[in-house]
Amino acid sequence: MSTTDDRPSPGQSGLAGESGLEAAPIEAATIEQVDSQITLDQNIAGLDALDLAATSPRLRGARRAWSALWPKLAAFGLALGIWQLLVWSGWKPTYVLPPPADVFAELWRLAANGSLQAGVSITLRRAAVGFSIAIVLGVLIGAPVSQIKGLRTAVGSMITGLQTMPSIAWFPLAILLFRISEAAILFVVVIGAAPAIANGLIAGADNIPPILRRAGRVLGASGPALYRDVILPGSMPSFVAGLKQGWAFAWRSLMAGELLVIIANKASIGVQLQIARDLNDATALVATMVVIFVIGVLVDSLIFGTLERSIRRRWGLIETAR
Amino acid sequence: MSQTSTVGVPAIELKQVHKTYGSGDGQMVALDGVSLSIKQGEFLCLVGASGCGKSTLLNMLVGLDQPSAGVVQVQGRSTLMFQESALFPWLTVGSNIGLALKLRGIPRRERAAKANELLRMVQLEGLANKRPHELSGGMRQRVAIARAFAQDVDVLCMDEPFGALDAMTRDLLHDELERLWIERNLTVVFVTHNVREAVRLADRVVLLSSRPGKVLDTFEVDIDRPRRMDSPQVSSLAATITDRLRQEVRRHVND
Repeated sequence: MSTTDDRPSPGQSGLAGESGLEAAPIEAATIEQVDSQITLDQNIAGLDALDLAATSPRLRGARRAWSALWPKLAAFGLALGIWQLLVWSGWKPTYVLPPPADVFAELWRLAANGSLQAGVSITLRRAAVGFSIAIVLGVLIGAPVSQIKGLRTAVGSMITGLQTMPSIAWFPLAILLFRISEAAILFVVVIGAAPAIANGLIAGADNIPPILRRAGRVLGASGPALYRDVILPGSMPSFVAGLKQGWAFAWRSLMAGELLVIIANKASIGVQLQIARDLNDATALVATMVVIFVIGVLVDSLIFGTLERSIRRRWGLIETAR
Repeated sequence: MSQTSTVGVPAIELKQVHKTYGSGDGQMVALDGVSLSIKQGEFLCLVGASGCGKSTLLNMLVGLDQPSAGVVQVQGRSTLMFQESALFPWLTVGSNIGLALKLRGIPRRERAAKANELLRMVQLEGLANKRPHELSGGMRQRVAIARAFAQDVDVLCMDEPFGALDAMTRDLLHDELERLWIERNLTVVFVTHNVREAVRLADRVVLLSSRPGKVLDTFEVDIDRPRRMDSPQVSSLAATITDRLRQEVRRHVND
């Protein structure tokens, strides 16, 4: 309470105005004030302790992982069960609709001879390169469009238009422009994902509560500083949603690309799917589809899901028992 | 009731301030010739019913809005606190204060220590790593106060800052705000709907009329501090002001 001593007190000035009340009452008033200050501190500290204790602890470690995992496993089991029942019903012969056991045996075989890993690595490398370019492009377009009114009017709806365009419609042009090459595939992946990412950033800037913008301006931020310190970080939840959607578009475009643009000596997942079709090998075909599905789910939940959850937790958007 | 050697120096001068929004038939006069002189170190409360232009006035004091006519002069730095804390949810409590320091040009290495010092001032030491949503409404408002002080302000404008808090927390924050106002020799312009709160805190209560906003009446609060909201003197002056306010509100029955 070092500040108490030299603190000018309104009590003092009030008393000093009245004649006859000299040093002694002033001292008494000061002591009284120190006491009341201590009481105030304790009152506040008490309320704070009650408020902080009201937050519930989060589940930790293995228990949390298990509570997130078992519903997924259950749903997976259910899907396998339906598949197996469909096979047993005899609706289609097994050389057209193979049973789950055969498909998983085929997956095991593909993994054992290394062709699965080789295909996954070629495909994922393309996905990573294409998606990274899409992020850079999406941010470079989305950031100015979200902030500059004229630009927004000019190209805002065009971005949404690009987003709704089926990526497969780009392939004839891509092949004309880049021939049968990596570039043709990447072009379509980027053009599929970038508009969704740009739109996420634009929507994020639109959805920042006006009070936070005002707070930023009151703190002295304007122009680029306001964008960097308030609008951009405030756009993150929507930006991650855009990334998620962008990933879905990128993955679809990539699969379409690998089926259409087959490059020699690059046995990507798409190529393996195409070969299985050409050989009427339903088991290998479904096995490859399982791989495509699993990669899509894993990237979505492990990367974007984790990112989304961590933002929601930091922002306090996950309901806790308060 | 102001308590420092600089008594009498106006921190804020408003001269015939007009503010109109829109034009033609849709024109709305928010402020109609408001003149006010607020001394340095004064605690001024603005009270008025809806449509009295309180928020417009505060926005002008912090430079978020400009008058249509008239003069607004503010000595030194000013900032504005809202009914919501308006802390940034993506930053920790410490970084929220750190951002205010950064925008003021304080070098990075000094920010953490300064932020902790400011948190100690509002008795939230050790909570720098908490997220705003982990704190109660009252604690968040105290962080907002610390953030305002991080701007090293001379004039603190507050737009119903305690309006959303429970009565007990609000009373404690009144005591806390009074202590900081005295320690820091601040000029405070405090807007509230709650007349008792105004009398509890203010050196002077200014009553504004509605549609358009004008200064209707001014009440000096000559009650010794520390005050309590439920003391007889506070209640009695609050009753007088409330009567005057109701009289003003009735005037709008036939609008």
